[in-house]
Amino acid sequence: MIEKILVLEVVLPLLAAPVCVLVRHPRFCRLFSLGVIAACFAIAVALLVEVRGGGVISYQLGGWPPPLGIEYRVSTINAYLLALVTAMALVVFSFDSRGGPPRVPEQRRHLYYAVFLLCISGLLGIAITGDAFNIFVFLEISSLSSYILVSLGGHRRAVMSAFYYLVMGTIGGVFFMLGVGLLYQATGTLNLRDIAARLEPSLDDRGTVLALALLVVGISIKLAVFPLHHWLPNAYSFAPPKVSAFLAATATKVSFYLLAMVLFTIFGAPFVFEELRLQAVLLPLSILAMFLASGAAIFQTDLRRLLAYSSVAQIGYMTLGLSTANATGLAGGLVHLFNHAVMKGGLFLVVACLLYRVGSVHIDALAGIGRRMPLTSAALVIGGLSLIGVPGTVGFVSKWYLVSGVLERGWTAAAVLILLSSLLALVYVGKVVEVVYFRKPAETQPIDHVREAPLGMLAPAWVLAAAAVFFGLTTDWTYGVAREAAELLLAGGI
Amino acid sequence: MKPPSRVREMPILRVIARALVPVILLFGLYVQFHGDFGPGGGFQAGVIFAAGLIIFALVFGAEALRQVVPVVLTERLMAAGVLLYGAVGVVAMFLGGEFLNYSALDPLTTGHYGQHLGIIVIELGVGIAVAATIMRVYYAFVDRRADEDGTGADPALDAGAGGEAT
Amino acid sequence: MNLPEALVSSVGWGLWAYWLLIALMMVGLYIVIARDNLIKKVMGLNIFQAAAILFYVTMAKVAGGTAPIVPAGADHAGGHGGHEIVYSNPLPHVLMLTAIVVGVATTALALALAVRIHGDYGTSEEDEAVVYDMEHG
Repeated sequence: MIEKILVLEVVLPLLAAPVCVLVRHPRFCRLFSLGVIAACFAIAVALLVEVRGGGVISYQLGGWPPPLGIEYRVSTINAYLLALVTAMALVVFSFDSRGGPPRVPEQRRHLYYAVFLLCISGLLGIAITGDAFNIFVFLEISSLSSYILVSLGGHRRAVMSAFYYLVMGTIGGVFFMLGVGLLYQATGTLNLRDIAARLEPSLDDRGTVLALALLVVGISIKLAVFPLHHWLPNAYSFAPPKVSAFLAATATKVSFYLLAMVLFTIFGAPFVFEELRLQAVLLPLSILAMFLASGAAIFQTDLRRLLAYSSVAQIGYMTLGLSTANATGLAGGLVHLFNHAVMKGGLFLVVACLLYRVGSVHIDALAGIGRRMPLTSAALVIGGLSLIGVPGTVGFVSKWYLVSGVLERGWTAAAVLILLSSLLALVYVGKVVEVVYFRKPAETQPIDHVREAPLGMLAPAWVLAAAAVFFGLTTDWTYGVAREAAELLLAGGI
Repeated sequence: MKPPSRVREMPILRVIARALVPVILLFGLYVQFHGDFGPGGGFQAGVIFAAGLIIFALVFGAEALRQVVPVVLTERLMAAGVLLYGAVGVVAMFLGGEFLNYSALDPLTTGHYGQHLGIIVIELGVGIAVAATIMRVYYAFVDRRADEDGTGADPALDAGAGGEAT
Repeated sequence: MNLPEALVSSVGWGLWAYWLLIALMMVGLYIVIARDNLIKKVMGLNIFQAAAILFYVTMAKVAGGTAPIVPAGADHAGGHGGHEIVYSNPLPHVLMLTAIVVGVATTALALALAVRIHGDYGTSEEDEAVVYDMEHG
């Protein structure tokens, strides 16, 4: 049954968007979108259950068999991504942001929901499709809608950030398209598995090496891998908080899957990591990201910017897992996708709660908020502990497997550096916790009127905070799936 | 005699536009439906059709076009075109085929007729969506002057959502 | 191998189309980086995209190939009165139709954002906007 309706995962949100445009009623659109996302989540979970243990479901779009037709192909890694994106979308979307994004008047709110749905649809499309050019199309659908979503933040600089994001994202997209073109030139096919089967990568073949370079750089821009991350801090700190939570929890995760898929499935680990030795670039960049971005986070005075820089550092952990190219490290990187989504999504939702009640998330404005908003602040602490990697939270799980993977590879120094970089996280999280709980509010900014955030905001934030603890204690589901996906990738499959 | 200063008052333009616009629209429809047999199709047809209407607006004023195609209608048509496309796919699914498998639309014969039917309806959806989107983008930029104070319209949202609907 | 031939093969003049595309691409990228005017940046981005689109189109050309439309009277094997017909590859063209639409959507959105920026900052120049941000926070 599930293999017959697999395509609905992408089609439902894609078609729900024009329905929202037609109906125009904001409350209907909100509930309708929520229902569609919930349905997508159900399909994703059903798919994950179906393919666990090595199953594969293939769907031929339009009845045209691959490699000529577009194939949707779901194995463990795809189902994992689909479940991750839909789950995060469901939690974030259920967050009641009381009046929507600042720059969208009531009579145009339906368009906001439509763009949100298109973004989800694009991300799901990337994760599900088995066709290289189809990935480009979905990549651009999700990127274009992200630019729009970012530009809706209340501040003037949100639009400027969206413009930068657009310029960077488009350059990344064109690089990706050129890479796909070179692969098509080399193999005469666009089906990912077919490309992988026909491609014989070698260092002497300049076209193939150029294709790899273009694809890696293009995806790295979208993923915000360290020196290409410049768009991310601005975009995340000026976007509407709900959008930041959604993008932080999903968009970079899907890009990471894309990078892993290109490296392991298309080009294959032996070529990329033994012949070309990409880890010689990827590993130093990951470690630089961990230290420099965490260092930058320490000096931020705006909580959103702090979290955004921390995201760049966390992407460093993921790419570090990628560069180990062994099952433990790669599984550590993949499990960190979910874990980081849970904690950073939760933290950005906490930011949204604080913004709603306090009106600012400047570090000085938050002094003493812990007394006035105990539940929100507690969720902030849980998320923060998870960023550091304290045992009992999801952050610890990821770092444990990352360190194991790095040690398996014999990179002792890198393992020490991972632990040291956690100390930087301790500093920036500690700074926020200190202000929130122990500093007296400034005379000029009385906080007596501040009350606990409403339930519609608090509940989604706490769902993610609770998940950060739950999946920190129970790793069977998350690490089990990630391990299976990592082994699949290393074997060159998707 | 001093030539008229505004485009709208130039008699030659008005006469030629009046004569050309119907031909352009007709040619748009030709490209739309001939796409089944030769070069053509919804994208090109939609752009030609919208271009014809925009020429009309340039000569006779955006207000005149607004009476023919209101802004709200372009927004609705944009969505309706995409939905028409999607509906073909979903109907094919209900008839037992894969999403967008046109052959399933015609279960009685060998599917040859279904392929024709499917592509014509799909291209019609594309044509409607593209034409409406181009016109919506045009309106979004024309209307800028009206709400320069900035509270009412959000061109980013309009143009973006429109562009993507294609 | 005589000298001119060696020169041609060492710099790859045989791939002149690619050199042209790379030059076009760099022109676009240079405009995006070097110009402060947002509209010019969007134009640079367009040139950059156009280069990538041209890359696909050149790739589709088959030497001696004709437009990929089966002429009336040709049988399904592609023969026409005993001759083999060579067609150009239509697939990259179809792909580029989609890429062009993506490009149009990107341009429309970028221009819309530029209009909004002009409304908020009173300028379309990036350097002036940066100064404005530093002054107004």
